[in-house]
Amino acid sequence: MLENRKWVIIGVFCLVGLTFLARLFYLQVLDDTYSLGASKNSIKRVVEVPYRGQIYDRNNELLVYNTPVYDLYVTPKQVRIPDTTAFCQMMAITRSDFDSIMGLAKNYSSLKPSLFMRQLSKEDFARIQDALVDYRGFEPVISAMRTYPAHTMANALGYVSEISRKKLDNQDIPYYRQGDYVGHNGLEEQYEEQLRGKRGVKFMMQNVRGVNKGSWKNGAFDTLALAGQNLITSIDVEVQRYADSLMVNKVGSVVALEPETGEILVSVSAPTYDPNLLSSRSFSKNYRALIKNPYKPLINRPIMASYRPGSTFKLIQALIAQQDGSLHPSMVYGHGGSPMRCHCHGGQNLRGAVQYSCNPYFYNVFRKFIYHNGETNTFKASAVGMRKWHDMVEKFGIGQRLGIDLPSELKGNLPTVDDYDKMYRGQYRWKFSNVYSLSIGEGELLISPIKLANLAATIANRGYYITPHYIKGFGKPGVGVPAEYRQRHETDIDRQYYLPVIEGMRGAVVHGTVTPLANIAGVELCGKTGTSQNAKRGHKFDHSIFIGFAPMNNPKIAVAVFVENAGWGGDAAASVAALVAERYLKRKTEATRLDQKVKAANYLPPVVPVKPKEPVPIRPRKDSSRKDSVLKPLMTGIKPKSVVVPGVSGN
Amino acid sequence: MARNDPFSQNIDWLTLILYLGCVLIGWLNVYAAVYSPEDHTSLFDMSTNAGKQMMWIGTTVLLIICILVINHKFFDSFAYLFYAFMIVMLILVLFLGSNINGSRSWFKFGGFSIQPAEFAKVATALALAKYLDVPGMNLTRQKDLLRIGGIIVLPCILILASNETGSTLVFASFVIMLYREGLPGWIPAVGITVAALFVLALIFPMLYIAAGIVALFAVVVLLMPRYNRTMSNLISMGFIGVGMMVIVAGVDFFVNNVLQKHQRNRIKVLVDPTIDPLGVGWNVTQAKIAIGSGRLQGKGFLEGTQTKFDFVPEQSTDFIFCTVGEEHGFIGSMVVIALFLGLLTRIIILAEKQRSKFARVYGYCVAGIIFFHVMVNIGMTIGLMPVIGIPLPFFSYGGSSLWSFSILLFIFLKLDSRRTALMRR
Repeated sequence: MLENRKWVIIGVFCLVGLTFLARLFYLQVLDDTYSLGASKNSIKRVVEVPYRGQIYDRNNELLVYNTPVYDLYVTPKQVRIPDTTAFCQMMAITRSDFDSIMGLAKNYSSLKPSLFMRQLSKEDFARIQDALVDYRGFEPVISAMRTYPAHTMANALGYVSEISRKKLDNQDIPYYRQGDYVGHNGLEEQYEEQLRGKRGVKFMMQNVRGVNKGSWKNGAFDTLALAGQNLITSIDVEVQRYADSLMVNKVGSVVALEPETGEILVSVSAPTYDPNLLSSRSFSKNYRALIKNPYKPLINRPIMASYRPGSTFKLIQALIAQQDGSLHPSMVYGHGGSPMRCHCHGGQNLRGAVQYSCNPYFYNVFRKFIYHNGETNTFKASAVGMRKWHDMVEKFGIGQRLGIDLPSELKGNLPTVDDYDKMYRGQYRWKFSNVYSLSIGEGELLISPIKLANLAATIANRGYYITPHYIKGFGKPGVGVPAEYRQRHETDIDRQYYLPVIEGMRGAVVHGTVTPLANIAGVELCGKTGTSQNAKRGHKFDHSIFIGFAPMNNPKIAVAVFVENAGWGGDAAASVAALVAERYLKRKTEATRLDQKVKAANYLPPVVPVKPKEPVPIRPRKDSSRKDSVLKPLMTGIKPKSVVVPGVSGN
Repeated sequence: MARNDPFSQNIDWLTLILYLGCVLIGWLNVYAAVYSPEDHTSLFDMSTNAGKQMMWIGTTVLLIICILVINHKFFDSFAYLFYAFMIVMLILVLFLGSNINGSRSWFKFGGFSIQPAEFAKVATALALAKYLDVPGMNLTRQKDLLRIGGIIVLPCILILASNETGSTLVFASFVIMLYREGLPGWIPAVGITVAALFVLALIFPMLYIAAGIVALFAVVVLLMPRYNRTMSNLISMGFIGVGMMVIVAGVDFFVNNVLQKHQRNRIKVLVDPTIDPLGVGWNVTQAKIAIGSGRLQGKGFLEGTQTKFDFVPEQSTDFIFCTVGEEHGFIGSMVVIALFLGLLTRIIILAEKQRSKFARVYGYCVAGIIFFHVMVNIGMTIGLMPVIGIPLPFFSYGGSSLWSFSILLFIFLKLDSRRTALMRR
């Protein structure tokens, strides 16, 4: 019966329908790859990068702000360039540059925009803006570039540049994406999170050509961008720039603190460079040039250079010995019995010893301090004394990171009993006569300029310090300052023991080791000179060191100055410190003779020309690790600038 | 005279409701496909496909009224005339038509265009019904089969000439009607076997298929009753096997040397859509993403992102089912498929009730044409069929297709209403 064929036909219809339903069930319910594909397709994350916070000095002068620039993006598929040569001319690039950029962009995606040119200035952009209409596929996106109107403090501020591969891979919480800008070094790195603000994300629907079609789900999943916070630093940029001018043609550092608060007023690393060099499009070119500079301007010397403190360390010796009871201010030591030479006439009490920086005096102070315990065996007594010495000196922040708000602060070195045990291969195998050079700040001590400034502040405060820091607040002073920058660190030395030391320091400036010109009227500088031995290593001059504070009572500023290769500490370093203190206290410079003298001085060491690499002669390889050790220490900045041999020094 | 009123009892209400359901759901989906969330496009915005579709629906209603008031004898009497007229139009369009997307198959009248191929289906169905209505017609007779074949093939050739492969393939759907009217079962069976071999030949290397065929025949011979294993039977089976191999070899040659490039790619993409995800595979991939992203319940009306933002090409015409799948999910897709299955089954049931062979044959033609469109159209959006550009009946945007499908269906309903009217008398 033909009529029954209708069942066959209806059966076929239903079979096809069921097949389709099965397929649809698989596509829509079982397999979720397609819904992922859909969101990848049509929902675009639009990232809103907020402006980075600006940076101010303590008097609200702008140190860093953002200049609007334009990043030019290209969408390869849309590109229509009638005349490539003319286009390249307009963009000031070569044809091969153009081809390689476009090649990269096409490799990434021909439908999505990629970066074509970064950081076109407003002027450049204005120049090409009209012409750009003729070239389809290019889209300018406004962006920002760091600008440094004060042209100073390059190292302390750090710079902002594209995130490095390493940083990108090592994020705890993934935040940055490739191509993001991030603070490197200095305050830009330290306060990155506050300065950068928070990126906002908008989910936009887009059509197949990437054209926006409104927000997705009415913005239910969008997050608002949070603007970066403005950082107010404690820097006094006027004094900072003045100190910069004093340090021209010198290698070294100037660090000034407000003793009462630990705020950093001045932070000079000489030689310096204009921070704007590292914010422009020529970043990599400039960076390479700075790295090659023989004076290593990229090292932030106040925190990254390590020196022997030299005679400035005598201050700590005087303080701890008094507290220990092994020294009384009226005690007098002559030059006899000491292996050290001295320039002074001898027979001083503590005040005079500080004033004239008498080496034998402090040799004896240290000796008495070390042996001032119950042990009769000199080896054992030395170990006990050294342990006590280490613990007392440590309270001044020596041999540890102070915790200032900059990355890459160095620890320095404060030798321990264990160090000497190791050095002399066993317990009680060394005694005072092996370590006496510590008495005048030589030997195994290593200290950064900021720690010496901190020492000056401690003495100015007569007994305590607050960790030096750059931050004064976010938005306004006092806001968002970490609690540790309000905390007093006590030295546990009684106030009374500071007084003879301070009197000696005042004496050093009035009539002592300091050049008479540096005793500027109305500043009332107190200080201690130091000379970090360098000459013995084949250099012509030692490093000149001065630490001090002013005025004598109720001090407002504590300074530490290092001038490398400038010789005697009472001259170059003390002069710079006096001028900086005067400018800070008086807001003007009256000691014009000294000012001119310092500015005229040139202590740059002669540059040793880099020898062309000689071919390595073929030798049987005995020690394969040697090769590495030769190649490595190029830009470490950790290596001490001074001698390793303990010896005699003093001013 | 209320009984003879064409707008009341006589019409089959179930079919009408299913029809209206398809048209309205289709219209809303066209609207969703062109809807822009930025400016909140209106459903009645005449500059969009949704607004235009409303106009097409309006004119379709007028057409339906015309069909229902015309005397039913009109379709019977003038069937050959319609057919002749359409043949002339198909020839004319080859010379006078405007070129759209490489196919010269549209007449342009001012702002809108008409595609005669869409209407040729109706005319051919009528002509076939008329021809088969002749008493003594026997579909096992070669002469009759050839003539019927001629009626079908003539418009096919003309449509193929205007480069509308999709519309040409639709004419294969008449096989369903012919099968019902007595076409020997082996003819569609051979057709399906050839199609199956075609697909297999695309997927597997020729050697595997040959091995498969030999194995299949060995099993058949072993299972055969002993008395059937005559020499002549074995020889004819051998011929069939060789024939199948020839087909497989032919497919290879056909695909690579005869088909045009875009046709070849459409078939290859069916087998492996990942060949070229941004080129030929784009349509299929995007359609599957759109439908697949709808999940069980869909994203909600006007909430789809794939179809509306042009990821899916032709989203309001050939790929309209993607909008259904994306915005209404599996549940919505199921409703639509059920709607079509209901409509098709209803048409078959009605066709079987017809007293005149003319009406019955015509009814089967209608069911066949609609089925073929639904199968190919939905099949291509979910990756079960090659991309063949034919519309989804009643859903896809477009005047020609909506008109032609409505005319097709309502001529049948008119014929059917005549039957019920007769029964009441």
